Amino acid sequence: MDEIVKDFLIESNENLDRLDQELVKLESEPSSKELLASVFRTIHTIKGSCGFLGFARLEKLAHAGESLLSRLRDGKLALNGEITSGLLAMVDAVRHMLAAIQASEQDGEEDYAPLIEVLARLQDGQAGESRAAAADQSPAVLLPQPTPEAESATPTDLASQPTSATAASKPKRKPRRKKERCDPAKICEVVIESRQARPERVAFAPESQPAEPKVDEVVSPAVAHPEDAPAAQHSQEFHNPYASVETIRVGVTLLDRLMNLVGELVLARNQLLQFCNSTEDAGFQAVSQRMNLIASELQEEVMKTRMQPIGNIWNKFPRTVRDLAHNCGKEVQLVMEGQDTELDRTIIEAIKDPLTHLVRNSMDHGIEEPEARKRAGKNPAGSLTLRAFHEGGQVNLEISDDGAGLNGERIRQKAMERGLISVQQATSMPDRDVFNLIFLPGFSTAERVTNVSGRGVGMDVVKTNVEKIGGTVDIQSTAGLGTTVRVKIPLTLAILPALMVTCGGERFAIPQVSLSELVRLDAEQSGPGIEFVHGVPVYRLRGRLLPLVYLDRELGIRSYSGSEPTRTAAINIVVLQAEDRQFGLIVDEITDTEEIVVKPLSKQLKGISAYSGATIMGDGRVALILDVLGLAQRAKVIAEPREKAYDEDSSEAAAEAVPDEHALLLAENGLEGRVAIPLSMVARLEEFPRTVVEHAGTQEVMQYRGQIVPLVRLSAIIPATSDAEILANAGSIQVVVYSEGKRTVGLIVDRIVDIVAERAAVEVLTPRAGVMGSFVTQRQVTDLLDMPAIVRAALPGLLDAAEPEAGRP
Amino acid sequence: MASQQFCTFLLDGHLFGVPVSAVQEVIRFQSMTPVPLAPPPVEGLINLRGQIVPALDLRRRLSLGKRPEGELPVNVVVRTPDGAVSLLVDEIGDVIEVGDSTFEFPPETLRGAVRSMILGVHKLEGKLLHLLDTEKICQVQDVSALPAAG
Repeated sequence: MDEIVKDFLIESNENLDRLDQELVKLESEPSSKELLASVFRTIHTIKGSCGFLGFARLEKLAHAGESLLSRLRDGKLALNGEITSGLLAMVDAVRHMLAAIQASEQDGEEDYAPLIEVLARLQDGQAGESRAAAADQSPAVLLPQPTPEAESATPTDLASQPTSATAASKPKRKPRRKKERCDPAKICEVVIESRQARPERVAFAPESQPAEPKVDEVVSPAVAHPEDAPAAQHSQEFHNPYASVETIRVGVTLLDRLMNLVGELVLARNQLLQFCNSTEDAGFQAVSQRMNLIASELQEEVMKTRMQPIGNIWNKFPRTVRDLAHNCGKEVQLVMEGQDTELDRTIIEAIKDPLTHLVRNSMDHGIEEPEARKRAGKNPAGSLTLRAFHEGGQVNLEISDDGAGLNGERIRQKAMERGLISVQQATSMPDRDVFNLIFLPGFSTAERVTNVSGRGVGMDVVKTNVEKIGGTVDIQSTAGLGTTVRVKIPLTLAILPALMVTCGGERFAIPQVSLSELVRLDAEQSGPGIEFVHGVPVYRLRGRLLPLVYLDRELGIRSYSGSEPTRTAAINIVVLQAEDRQFGLIVDEITDTEEIVVKPLSKQLKGISAYSGATIMGDGRVALILDVLGLAQRAKVIAEPREKAYDEDSSEAAAEAVPDEHALLLAENGLEGRVAIPLSMVARLEEFPRTVVEHAGTQEVMQYRGQIVPLVRLSAIIPATSDAEILANAGSIQVVVYSEGKRTVGLIVDRIVDIVAERAAVEVLTPRAGVMGSFVTQRQVTDLLDMPAIVRAALPGLLDAAEPEAGRP
Repeated sequence: MASQQFCTFLLDGHLFGVPVSAVQEVIRFQSMTPVPLAPPPVEGLINLRGQIVPALDLRRRLSLGKRPEGELPVNVVVRTPDGAVSLLVDEIGDVIEVGDSTFEFPPETLRGAVRSMILGVHKLEGKLLHLLDTEKICQVQDVSALPAAG
């Protein structure tokens, strides 16, 4: 059997089991939007998948169910027992068909027309009428009463009675005047009955397909022993035997536990090896050595169990695309790049559906019909590109097509029609934001509902699912040229890059996502550096006031009595981003950045908003992970609206954030000159009194964190009309610390101005050493600096000599 | 059930016990990471073979006196529906088997929060064995209602 069909069976059976529960639950809480949406999605997925796989009957049935659910979801129908029964009957029928597919790779001859009819009738609404209809007709059509023989039939009887299905479907009309509600149990009957009718087909399937060697004889009794088949026809029969043959489904929690234990084993091994070094016993050493190897290998393998290449889910797309193209009368070429990109399996699972939706959307809405393409002067065959690559500790997935692109006007209109945005918003909204409207729930611009997509289920689900795993979705489109959806997801859910800090002798981890920058105030500066606004500590960060939060006080580690402590030591400020606000967190020490494994806190500690979890450090001790948002709320940083910390221009720039923009540090050079340095190249920003500058030979240097750091004056590299007097009189210097490999260099600039996010549209006016080009930001022409080149020009040989492999051209 | 086995331990000179079936393991004192802002009985977090387990100081939980300086507690790790929890006790005792005949409910005069945590006592020779309700003991989650530690 085809791999794809097998996967479909395993997955669908799992989904159906869940569906049963959800439907029953839904009956008791019929207004639960969440449950409804989940049920709807499941059916939608099944329908979609079987569409690709060519199970037309199954698709038809699922489509009927989906239509009914869609009306429920939209609130046009209220759920009642009758509808639930109908849906449950559909679920059973689907399960039934899946069993047929498993046995014969066909979805059976039965088309469940009566059931579909009932579903359609239920969908048409008017509760009273449908109730009557259900009483009048559905029992008749839907619930063929078992003939007495069939009821008492022994399994062998059934097998010898090839027409039992037709016999059973002989209607036995119920008296019309009985206005009873459709009894769920009755609907179940029909299903149970049709299950009984199943044996012949299952039993004879192998005969019709004798050349099917893959069907496993041991696990599929129905196939292996046709004469026993009827006896085995019970509900458990429908459990998929494939699940136990080639793969074992193992819970991720179990894998997590394994990984934990292996981590501990490695720690224990390390201790053992240390102990081993201090003994002379050769036998013991040999054993430890072996143990060492085994532990390492074990660790590697366990890690591997969680990683999978993205190709595993992409493998299905060529077929999907082919069939879809066929369906829609389109020609499409699928290009896939980066199939080997590996991802944590939980993430792979989580993005499977969103990706399928995106591909289907591109096929259905994106790529035009060949005729239209010809008219537009494009190759009649559209192309759909899937790309995956690693970037900055994240995985990027791109789904791009060269289709018609998104129609901003139509999206605006639809969004207004559906009341998602106001008229005012619609006119003022830039296209980029308009495109993102399609991620709102219930949005669909497709004129007609096709069975491929267009029910407005796709994009919002895509977004929710991606965001659930900490990813982002972005859509870019050019009318007439195509659409690109970019999904960014973390490599793994469990591992998080974090900054380790200490406070009150304990270590805490701060997730790097919320980290903006680090500021260190030396002992001389820490006094005047921190000011107070009515007793509230603030720090002037590039001219703006940054509220400060003392971690020790916030956590109650140390309490201060009375007045503020007079600090003599250096102060470390971790500048954090909580929602749209920045604040500075004062910690005792900043140690390092580390990849940490996030573990949830136990129930007793869940209620503390300051922590988001805990982790185990290399030495085996536990460290708490700070919840930046929770901490900010605790400290009332984000309790009330405050002036944003940016000025107008840069906040505009931030609002227009697009993927290819870079964070840039702006600095002044001389009176008129403005320079920008990519923030990614900046290790730290420091302000020192002039007196720190010392000389080593002719080179200006300073002592910095136990190192001798050479200093470069920007004004010496890029001549500027500098006001020498101002510079000479200034009490302090501002230093941009730049690190390359192990070498650190300080670049002295006149004044650090701001950090902006800018799309670098850099123009090269006149080639100058150390300058990559110029661009305009905050209404000023700014030079983008080429840091490596500057450092090399000023300190020839320094970086290359120290770290030849790190040298850049 | 005529008789039951209890894992016993000492707290402030009194004998306490939890059912053997609830105990996952007993380990000697481990250094732990304090959790600022946590409810007072939570002494800290320990790393139990890769699992992060909260440690509750039973003395504080049962409103007994402070443990003398320099005395290291022992971890009795119990299973709860919400994962393992370590109970810090003074000293671990034997596993003892007791019958129903010696059991008695706590006297009416025992009141307050502690009463809900003590299921009853077994009258042993010369001493009383207090039976603890491990689930109740571990229910200390309502942080907001408690004053912050420290």
